[in-house]
Amino acid sequence: MASVQDAEVLVGPLGALAPADSEIAGPPGRQALRMFLRNRAAVFGVILFVAVLLMTIFGPMFYDNDASDIVARPVLAPGADGAPPLGTDYLGRDVLAGVISGGRVSLLVAAMAALMVVFIGVTIGATAGYYGGWVDTVLMRFTEFFQVLPALLFAMVIVALFTPSIATISVAIGLVAWPSIARLTRAEFLRLKNLEYVKAARAIGAGDWSIMSRVIFPNALPPLIVSASLLMGAALLFEAGLAFLGLSDPNTLSWGLMIGLNRANFLSAWWSVTFPGLAIFVTVLSFSLIGDGLQDAFNPKLRGR
Amino acid sequence: MRTVVAKIAQSLGLILAVIVLNFSMIHLTPGDPATVIAGESGAGDPETIAQIRAEYGLDRPFVVQLGSYIGDVLQGDLGFSFFFDKPVTELIGERLWPTVLLVGTALVFAVVLGVLAGVFTARRPESAVSHSVTVLALVGYSMPVFWTGILLIILFASVFEILPISGMRDVQFEGGTMSAVFDVIRHLILPALTLGLLYLAQYSRLSRASMLEVLESDYVRTARAKGLSERVVVYKHALRNAVIPVVTIAGLQFGALLSGALLVETVFNWPGLGRLAFDSILRRDTSVLLGVLLMSAVLVVVANLLTDVVYRLIDPRIRVGGARG
Repeated sequence: MASVQDAEVLVGPLGALAPADSEIAGPPGRQALRMFLRNRAAVFGVILFVAVLLMTIFGPMFYDNDASDIVARPVLAPGADGAPPLGTDYLGRDVLAGVISGGRVSLLVAAMAALMVVFIGVTIGATAGYYGGWVDTVLMRFTEFFQVLPALLFAMVIVALFTPSIATISVAIGLVAWPSIARLTRAEFLRLKNLEYVKAARAIGAGDWSIMSRVIFPNALPPLIVSASLLMGAALLFEAGLAFLGLSDPNTLSWGLMIGLNRANFLSAWWSVTFPGLAIFVTVLSFSLIGDGLQDAFNPKLRGR
Repeated sequence: MRTVVAKIAQSLGLILAVIVLNFSMIHLTPGDPATVIAGESGAGDPETIAQIRAEYGLDRPFVVQLGSYIGDVLQGDLGFSFFFDKPVTELIGERLWPTVLLVGTALVFAVVLGVLAGVFTARRPESAVSHSVTVLALVGYSMPVFWTGILLIILFASVFEILPISGMRDVQFEGGTMSAVFDVIRHLILPALTLGLLYLAQYSRLSRASMLEVLESDYVRTARAKGLSERVVVYKHALRNAVIPVVTIAGLQFGALLSGALLVETVFNWPGLGRLAFDSILRRDTSVLLGVLLMSAVLVVVANLLTDVVYRLIDPRIRVGGARG
């Protein structure tokens, strides 16, 4: 687990690095950006994420082996004679090639699922918070209902009932994961809707839709951006879990699927499950660090908590 | 008291809705259970399938099937598993306790250690230990739970070789009750640790944040001003309040904990509900799947009710202000 130690060394004591409030001035957006950039942990997160992204996009150009080809003898350890850099799996496929191409599917599903979650969650939460009354009651009951369903199990059923594909998996994750965003959005809308500037907008004749989308929503964005970045990580973990269980398109390799495929043989080839898992871990960690940094930047009072 | 009754009524409504949703979802999508059952017995000709459809009532209109299913569930009958050749209730009964044991152990481990870590670090927020807890929390959260399990297995299978890495009991086990209990505990350690680590990370962070907030509050200052010892201030006055959000989140996350358990059970061959659900999905054993989905929803609802009760015990304000809870 070298990478964990590296992370600690590089990141150093988290939170202690954020600058004092007085050093920061200017418009709120730029203030937040500056705070974010001074947070070494957050910047480290960005670097990790960019590295993963570059690897998945440009990796195949520099690394020729195809993930599905058998390139060498099975179960070659990294560093063994004739082995690719990260070794081969139980069929002799290149683990590094798998990690490179698997990232594409993992990241795509995570992004699509996070979009789905934000779309459903914000629509329901904003409607409930803005209109209040019975609309709120009905929508919140609906949200509670979805919180009672065990998410992974429910997503498994959805994926199994329809054909597993990138689209069905993203939709399944979207359908089970939106309640927390809905609650957050609702709380923000409840808080913001009675503020002076919203009343002012209403007084000059703005309609519901324009108040919701142009007046309240932009002000509700900071916490939503924070949770969206954490959500990317959660969605990636979720996709990995489903794929590990075999509930993904068998023809599109993802990190989770790699671990699932090598599950029966991991005691004889630890590298075949360790490296895909490390890729998931590093990517999710980058999202968590970025989310944390954003949280501190938007909410200086909560820094380091 | 009235709120408790209202909450229970509300929960029953939720569970009924879950039953309707699950049943509709599974029965309105493509895939005919009759062909699966027929395939199981090795004869797929149309006549047999028609016979099976009639036998299991699959030829009736959807609403009638749904109604009769709900009726059966209310009488405690969850149907029959084609694959295991057993009533679903019996099957779930066997698999429920391993899951409850696993999730319960992981939860207690995560809450207790998490709160302790949170309290410790909140008292010295700038210390090295405090910062490493923050880092470890992020690390723990970012590791896929099934991968953590696999790494632990690799570690214990090849390096330490002191703990069993699969199943719940030794195959060749012989001995009395006490040693049987001990045998299960030995098997429980790694899966519970795997599942617990994930939540330990979150709870330590959460309780640290809430403890930091509480330690700055007026009543803690008052308690200190009265000259109470730091020990009493922290463990008697502050902790009680700092623990509330942890309990709330732990209760609300019970569903997520079940999802994690599903993966951990698969990795460690733990004979729980999660594995049963997984197997029933692969085999399209619909009555088992419906039963497990229902059981998980019931577990989540019960966990939420319990959270509510614990909440009231910890926080007298809610109890006294009662009615609106």
